[in-house]
Amino acid sequence: MTNQTHIVEGLTQLELAEAIRVSTAEVFSTMLGLELSAGEVFVEKEEAVPASGVVSIIGLAGAWVGSGSLSCSARFACKMASHFLQEEYSAVTEDVLDTVAEVTNMVVGNVKTHLENRLGAMGLSTPTVIYGRNFQTRGARNQEWTVVPFSLDGERMCIQICVVPNPDRSERSVRPGFPIPRLLTV
Amino acid sequence: MPIVLDVLIVDDSAAIRKILQRVLRQTDIAVGTVYEAGDGVEALETLRKQKVGLVLSDINMPNMDGLEFLTHLRAEPAWQKLPVVMVSTEGTHAKVLEAVERGASGYVRKPFTADQIKEKLVGLI
Repeated sequence: MTNQTHIVEGLTQLELAEAIRVSTAEVFSTMLGLELSAGEVFVEKEEAVPASGVVSIIGLAGAWVGSGSLSCSARFACKMASHFLQEEYSAVTEDVLDTVAEVTNMVVGNVKTHLENRLGAMGLSTPTVIYGRNFQTRGARNQEWTVVPFSLDGERMCIQICVVPNPDRSERSVRPGFPIPRLLTV
Repeated sequence: MPIVLDVLIVDDSAAIRKILQRVLRQTDIAVGTVYEAGDGVEALETLRKQKVGLVLSDINMPNMDGLEFLTHLRAEPAWQKLPVVMVSTEGTHAKVLEAVERGASGYVRKPFTADQIKEKLVGLI
């Protein structure tokens, strides 16, 4: 990845990736007591998700618009819930999906707070969580996702965010109604 | 004999409600019944039926968010002095200020530690 590639003037992909790394590390160490290893950051034109597992997506709207998502295997999701709720989970249940949603909310929410200091106010939608096999997710526009992979005990999790300046910066775009990313289920 | 405090936790995440309940039970506060609500509408309904001594509320929630809930709550004379602590991922100075202006008694940013919640409650209860 080109470290200083600009998403737009004033924000590089490296800076966005660093915000994702810091936020993810803080959420996992504070709320789950887990230390993750961050992998090499990369950029994808289409959202990189596993062919199966759990994906949680959250929308950003305001001066800038976009989406953030967390994707991982079912096993990783169970591990997250076990640490978050201090109960053992070996299968994906409501509690596990709720944990993945809340962790996504905290990670993307903290990245949003970091970005807001420079890019202006943004709102956060409530997360949508998908669990299954053989599915793909795509954004409605051909946007670039900044992807940060993390690993824990051989399991992989990805946090990815795409943000672009809002083409319509009028006040009505800041209202609490969010463009939910278009989902394609195959 | 310590005063037993009934608490209302408002968050659309059942996982967070569970964690906050656990944290409350770990404090020195004598916690009685803990009521739960998934959004501001449910929270107001609960408050009309149950008398509580503390509210912990998220901000980003469906139907009625935490700030709107706070505005409705403070508009009721009976609830004007009820301690309400906001627990949210929203961490900008502007958002914290808005919550305080609408009547929040305290603010804790997610992710939080149990100690941060306890410290915030010490001055309020």
